[in-house]
Amino acid sequence: MKLELIGITKRFGSLVANDSIDLVVEPGQVHSLLGENGAGKSTLMNVLYGLYDPTEGEIRVDDRPVTFKGPGDAMAAGIGMVHQHFMLVPVFTVAENVALGNEATKAGGMLNLQETRTRIRQISDQYGFDVDPDAVVEDLPVGVQQRVEIIKALVRNAEVLILDEPTAVLTPKETDELLGIMAQLKADGKSIVFISHKLREVKAVSDVITVVRRGKVVGTADPSAPTTELASLMVGRSVSLTLDKKPATPGEVTFRVRDLTVQAANGQRVVDGLSFDVAEGEILAVAGVQGNGQTELTEAIMGLQDHVTGSITLGGNELVGRSVKDIIRAGVGFVPEDRSVEGLVGTFSVAENLILNRYDDAPFAKGLSMSPSAIEQNANEKIAEYDVRTQSASAAAGTLSGGNQQKVVMAREFSRPLKLFIASQPTRGVDVGSIEFLHRRIVAERDGGTPVIIVSTELDEVLELADRIAVLYRGRLMGIVPGAVSRDVLGLMMAGMPADEALAQAHHVQGGNL
Amino acid sequence: MSTATTARDQSSSPARGTGDAGVRSWKNPVILAVVALFALLVFALGAPGNDVTFRLSEENDPIVLPSIVVSAPVVGWIAALAMLALAVLAILRTRSGRRIPTWVLAVFAVLFLVAFLTWVVGSARTPNVALYGLLAGSVTLAVPLIFGSLSGVLCERSGVVNIAIEGQLLFGAFAAAVAASLSGSALVGLLAAAVAGVLVSLVLAVFSIRYVVNQVIVGVVLNVLVSGLTGFLFSAVLSEDSERWNSPPRLPVIDIPLLADIPVIGPILFQQTIVGYLMYIAVAVVYVALYHSRWGLRTRAVGEHPKAADTLGVNVNRMRFMNVLLAGVVAGVGGSFFTLVAVSGFGRDMTAGQGYIALAALIFGRWNPIGAFFAALLFGFATNLSNVLSLLGTPVPDQFLRMLPYVVTVFAVAGLVGRSRAPGASGIPYIKG
Repeated sequence: MKLELIGITKRFGSLVANDSIDLVVEPGQVHSLLGENGAGKSTLMNVLYGLYDPTEGEIRVDDRPVTFKGPGDAMAAGIGMVHQHFMLVPVFTVAENVALGNEATKAGGMLNLQETRTRIRQISDQYGFDVDPDAVVEDLPVGVQQRVEIIKALVRNAEVLILDEPTAVLTPKETDELLGIMAQLKADGKSIVFISHKLREVKAVSDVITVVRRGKVVGTADPSAPTTELASLMVGRSVSLTLDKKPATPGEVTFRVRDLTVQAANGQRVVDGLSFDVAEGEILAVAGVQGNGQTELTEAIMGLQDHVTGSITLGGNELVGRSVKDIIRAGVGFVPEDRSVEGLVGTFSVAENLILNRYDDAPFAKGLSMSPSAIEQNANEKIAEYDVRTQSASAAAGTLSGGNQQKVVMAREFSRPLKLFIASQPTRGVDVGSIEFLHRRIVAERDGGTPVIIVSTELDEVLELADRIAVLYRGRLMGIVPGAVSRDVLGLMMAGMPADEALAQAHHVQGGNL
Repeated sequence: MSTATTARDQSSSPARGTGDAGVRSWKNPVILAVVALFALLVFALGAPGNDVTFRLSEENDPIVLPSIVVSAPVVGWIAALAMLALAVLAILRTRSGRRIPTWVLAVFAVLFLVAFLTWVVGSARTPNVALYGLLAGSVTLAVPLIFGSLSGVLCERSGVVNIAIEGQLLFGAFAAAVAASLSGSALVGLLAAAVAGVLVSLVLAVFSIRYVVNQVIVGVVLNVLVSGLTGFLFSAVLSEDSERWNSPPRLPVIDIPLLADIPVIGPILFQQTIVGYLMYIAVAVVYVALYHSRWGLRTRAVGEHPKAADTLGVNVNRMRFMNVLLAGVVAGVGGSFFTLVAVSGFGRDMTAGQGYIALAALIFGRWNPIGAFFAALLFGFATNLSNVLSLLGTPVPDQFLRMLPYVVTVFAVAGLVGRSRAPGASGIPYIKG
């Protein structure tokens, strides 16, 4: 099926989200839409999927103009979409989710889920998805949930599949699997619109790349184009993708973790007997597949977890058992992994968010009252220093783009002298331009002599920032390796191999690797 | 990628070992132990010395069952000791880090109920109670609660919080009384009750879905509105000429031949008015439809994750609108119970908060029609028990007995049976885009 978008414009009030965009998706082609967060990619796809009406422009399917009044029309025309935030009902089974809206029924409107199960098994076998139709969706790993979304589209005979930032939530291994699935779909003659801001992936799978910036198509590129060229096209200025950082000069070891164990409410040991040190002036990256205890580790340090045993000391003072406020006062800065829920109060202004950790200190508080002028002055300084793109200091933090939100969080945490800095997924969902800035800021903190812990599931980021890398697997430490280690060693360790074995094996097979 | 990574192919989501002895909740074992000690003190040590008689049938019933006669101290001691044993078991299980099996809690509750009944009846002036009457009366009292909570199920499962159950019941009761009085037909009254329920629902739906007003506030306002409106009409119109406006014929009790003669369960299941039979049908139909029909799948999807339903072409707000109206029919019919079955005639605020108890039954029943049914039965039982006991003349003061249904409600909703989970989008309006 050939799909054409001609002169699509979408305005929300005075905001132009899409400005006369043209796009042609040929059959059996992977067409990537590359652009930063907020460039208008998702809006465009929601227009294509019938969720928004275009203000102007036309959609053509096989050269026939079509109008979509809702997603139902788009699906009927053969367009399927896998949304960035999955559109799955968490308490439903896979079969119920797939059937919804397209139910096979018996007499009297009674469901015939058996037929849906059969279809799911068919598709699952054809593409090697390994999805159980009777599993409850919320119990499934994210990667499998994504396959359920793909099945939903395929059951409805989609010829064009829109994948909106599909790799944002995936682990490196799941990403590889997804890219494999995309290749299979393409081989079956399906077209894929792949939306991403990750250059490596886009280059790996695309036939054509269209770059979008600020709602406009700024060019098309060949997948063989150099990464830096794509990046500068996307951001609109030249960006350096590699961080030039000086080698670390570790000082005194001030942060020590000994036999740290964290239990979940059901008694599981989600962090299991961890011991490690971080010295002043070094970055320790904690790598691992999502859900292997990283979240609990950082939260345990911050005093956000119950059922913690073992010892965490900062400058000789025990942190376990102290309140979060005490720990913040002890000089620990923390960037949580989900900034919109844990890092910011979305409905508060940028200025207010910038003082959330110091609201009761001078100069922001005087006795029982706050000092609005000091708060505003602080906000204006931070906005300038961190180049936060916001309409004003009084704009609600929730209205900012991901990258700018993260700058606000980071600016707040760096706004006081730190004895330890922890950042969880510091650049998840952040555009390329901001990543560069945030990384440089983190390295600057290290060079200032603060011990830094970075938790990331992105190998690129880990390798970029780390002076040493600790790998977690099922809550246990697989070992700590130097920052310059190869991806393969990390991959093995993330799959549960202790560091010494992984180093030996990777050395063995060297030469056959990427 | 490389041979190295595939060498150890692992599931991307590591399943972790459980069975770790670790985090324990002492809430349940402690509650069980305290209750068991209480039972030992009151039901066993404080047991009346006489026998207690539970009658299972009347003397002129076609089938007469012998009465159950038990000795109050014996039952009290056995039950209390068994409860203590269960509490100890729960403590041991918790200490070794294992879960307390559900049957322990269930058996414990039954033992407590038996011991309590024996003690309280035994302490009465006449230690003799008709068990069949106690049960049948519970079901009768539970009828409006069950209709009310089914109305709640229909609304909340599709994502609209229905606080207006009270108003729907009251308006249904009012409309049934007036329409039946004017027409002289109880069936017309039943129909009018359904229409009245839909009218309340219509306001709820328009404001909460179309105009996105806070659903709880609309519901509360509706309850106050209906209370004021019917109260005004009652004093201004109905009381003036109650012969004409407020003397509805009652719905006849229809006995199903033979089945109605079965002792104990006959009167419960097969000696009901139309409203009673409709209740059983409604519970079954809503249950089956909710979990096994296309309508049910869409309703649940709209209540859990409306955006997902929308992206699959389901019209979220129309679905919600229809369900809220349907809920109005159900609750309205439930309201007719007050004026066509219970008593003949409307009284000011005669629903007396039953709509809120229905809401509690909905939560206690975990948003499931069957669960709500049994929860409502429990509340009906508590109400009826307090009525029966005050007649028997128990040592417990009347005021405490009248608190019983509400105490049960508080404990039930406070999560005595574990945490219940509301539909994901209940109370959250759906705005496209």
